[in-house]
Amino acid sequence: MSVIYILISISIIVAVFFLYAFIRAVKSGQYDDDYTPSVRMLFDDELKKNPKKNPIQTIKEKQV
Amino acid sequence: MSIGNCFHCGSEINRKEEIIYDEKKFCCNGCKTVYEIFSQNDLTCYYDFQASPGVTPLDIQGKYDFLDNEGIVGKLLEFQEDTTHVVSLYIPHIHCSSCIWILENLQKLQSGINTSQVNFPEKKVRITFNSEKTSLKKIVELLCSIGYEPYISLDNFNEGKKSIDRSLIYKIGVAFFCFGNIMLLSFPEYFEVEEYWINQYRGFFRWLIFAISLPAFFYSASGYYVSAYKSIKSGMLNIDIPIALGIVVMFIRSSVDIVFDYGQGFFDSMTGLIFFMLLGKLFQRKTYEFLSFERDYKSYFPIAITKILYDGSEKSVQVYDIQKGDRLLIRNQELIPVDGILVSQKASIDYSFVTGEAVAIEKKSGDKIFAGGKQLGKVIEMEVLFSVSQSYLTQLWTNDVFQKKVAIKHKTITDSISRYFTPALLGLALISFFYWVFIDVPTAFNVFTAILIVACPCALALTAPFTLGNVLRIMGKRKLYLKNATVIEQLAQVDTLVFDKTGTITTNKKTSIIYEGVALNSSELIVLKNTLRGSNHPLSRRLYDFIPPQVSSEPNEFHEIIGKGIFAKFADTSVKLGSSQFLEHMSENTHKKTKVHIAINGVYKGSYVFNNQYREGLEQLFEQLAKKYNLVVLSGDNDGEKKILEKLLPSTTMLVFNQKPEQKLQYIEQLQNEGKNVMMIGDGLNDAGALAQSNIGVSISENVNVFSPACDGILDASQFNKIAFFMNYSKDSMKTIYMSFALSLVYNVVGLSFAVSGNLSPLVAAIIMPLSTITIVSFVTIMSNYYASMDKPKPVRARRYQK
Repeated sequence: MSVIYILISISIIVAVFFLYAFIRAVKSGQYDDDYTPSVRMLFDDELKKNPKKNPIQTIKEKQV
Repeated sequence: MSIGNCFHCGSEINRKEEIIYDEKKFCCNGCKTVYEIFSQNDLTCYYDFQASPGVTPLDIQGKYDFLDNEGIVGKLLEFQEDTTHVVSLYIPHIHCSSCIWILENLQKLQSGINTSQVNFPEKKVRITFNSEKTSLKKIVELLCSIGYEPYISLDNFNEGKKSIDRSLIYKIGVAFFCFGNIMLLSFPEYFEVEEYWINQYRGFFRWLIFAISLPAFFYSASGYYVSAYKSIKSGMLNIDIPIALGIVVMFIRSSVDIVFDYGQGFFDSMTGLIFFMLLGKLFQRKTYEFLSFERDYKSYFPIAITKILYDGSEKSVQVYDIQKGDRLLIRNQELIPVDGILVSQKASIDYSFVTGEAVAIEKKSGDKIFAGGKQLGKVIEMEVLFSVSQSYLTQLWTNDVFQKKVAIKHKTITDSISRYFTPALLGLALISFFYWVFIDVPTAFNVFTAILIVACPCALALTAPFTLGNVLRIMGKRKLYLKNATVIEQLAQVDTLVFDKTGTITTNKKTSIIYEGVALNSSELIVLKNTLRGSNHPLSRRLYDFIPPQVSSEPNEFHEIIGKGIFAKFADTSVKLGSSQFLEHMSENTHKKTKVHIAINGVYKGSYVFNNQYREGLEQLFEQLAKKYNLVVLSGDNDGEKKILEKLLPSTTMLVFNQKPEQKLQYIEQLQNEGKNVMMIGDGLNDAGALAQSNIGVSISENVNVFSPACDGILDASQFNKIAFFMNYSKDSMKTIYMSFALSLVYNVVGLSFAVSGNLSPLVAAIIMPLSTITIVSFVTIMSNYYASMDKPKPVRARRYQK
């Protein structure tokens, strides 16, 4: 029956790991802006569908 | 004549000005240029996310020259090392997903930009760039050229990287971790089956629970102990005292239970309680990041200005470095940062920032000009009389009202209730203790602790945060943005409403125009309209829009005398329009109203009168409000409109005219001394003092992204006629709080009856506490939504941002 010690310990360790992951995520600023990433996520696909045809032109070059 | 909407900015296209490029219609060259930039760089995706997301770029020539000054740039940068520079820019136009997309693809438009990241709620873009390949000035100019002009003001000057307080989120995370695990580990004990294996592992489970509860007890709940200690020290009993007491007693009692093997303790309830209460705090802390409620003149003022040196050369200097006697150059649309004397011949200054008055004021050489005005038209020169901090407008901020850091102005409803609750609770606990002491000493201790545990005003403490947090969100959806939840409570106590006149009860968007004089025939209207087309004066633009469309023709001769009027000659007619001096026509009360006089072929015809137009629904609003509140209209203008206002507004309304900014402040102070709870509704910087002095200052804004003075709330101007609803709604939400207090009292009575009789088992506590929390939270949410639905919002008309 002592397997319960191992199982409980594992479950706590997993929980502690998630708590740690959460704190790290907050610290890195992931929760500061909860709207923009949801929009940004959709752009990446869009970009891949539209590979660049022309070389990059900067404003300056254009004006010259 | 409208023939559709611009592909870029969505505004209506004038037939004459229509530009077709790439099979798309544009309203002006600016919009076309932006499209060109995007299409050449393969960024037309911009138009896919949202139809016509853009804005016409404004002319910025020379405006950002100060970014050549390294000292100023250094202050604006967030981070700087070698060639890597990071800057955060506030861009008011950010409003849709297209904006995010284009701003995050800036590196395609300008080499040297490494990454750019948008924070949508704050309307900010954070750009990392290589200072060798590009410069801040180039980036800012690029942003302007695509219509995303950043807003850089004196406020940015001392701004480093702000540290964000995330401790509440950490605390909630820890509390949830403890709560969840303890609940799970407590489960076997809930069923209290006297089975062999449960008994065998009981000790292990209990000590594990004890260990897990420690972080919640010491870290997550720490805010409550500090607050309780402070409140005892200052002699004010707030709600945190019974909360802290409850948590501490719960922890000690549970620890004792475990140590002496009496039972499993209340760790599950304790951590649950901490978690839910922190959640309430988070819910209440809804903020509108893109709005700022703490603005002073610094947010309006430019960071640098062009100074003319003795040898005639120009140099950008920081506004703080301006000294008396300096000569400054003010360009079109630039804000005058200091008081001074006009050196140039003429200036046309728009004081709408200060007074809300939209019509520009003409100044002659030698006239005094005050800080806060905006120059319209030609470049002017001025000589400085006072430095920034000593100028007339900025002196308002030296008033005490702005100095004190809002000391406890207001006592919250929960705190006033806990003033009675706390002593009553302690009394009850002691009485029961002494009653049981004579019967059975251990039970006496049990009862004493049980009372404190059960009565721990969890539900009470949750009621206000959840109600007010919800109301705050609902009001935000209806475009009244409040600084924090306490404002709602104060709103419910208001008995006097003070309105500013210009810009608040009048709108400066649509000025109604009336023609007075000899009627103009159709051919005269044609020449008039064609004359006006050539002029950029604000009044000309408005008059141009007002006159119905006509056949277009070009004048043979066109002179615009700035500050006076226009003279134009057509084939067979000549038109002269402008001020009465210009036309040498003196009519009565010329100075009281804004007029444009017209003379055709040298014959005086009449004048167009620009009336201040009152906001829609003003009469009904004042009628509704007059039943319950004292109303005052406080105006900085002369009493020219007194008669109209008297007719328009209920007879009980006080009308006060000719009030300077400080007098407005004093007027509010005087009302407060009479025991009134004053709400001030204003707009311009001249109301800033009054807004700060009043119990609640609400600033009204045509566009909430643009700047408003420091206040407790910002109301979108389109919702002006809803003020009565917001006032009622705040009262209803207080009613909701009282009702749910009653409900939570019922739970307390039930819990206490268990406790007093000595029957409170951990299981009962574990059921009662979450149950009461859930009922309270759902009750207040339903009620506050119900009250909000009493006034169905009109179908929201599509409002364009920043036209």
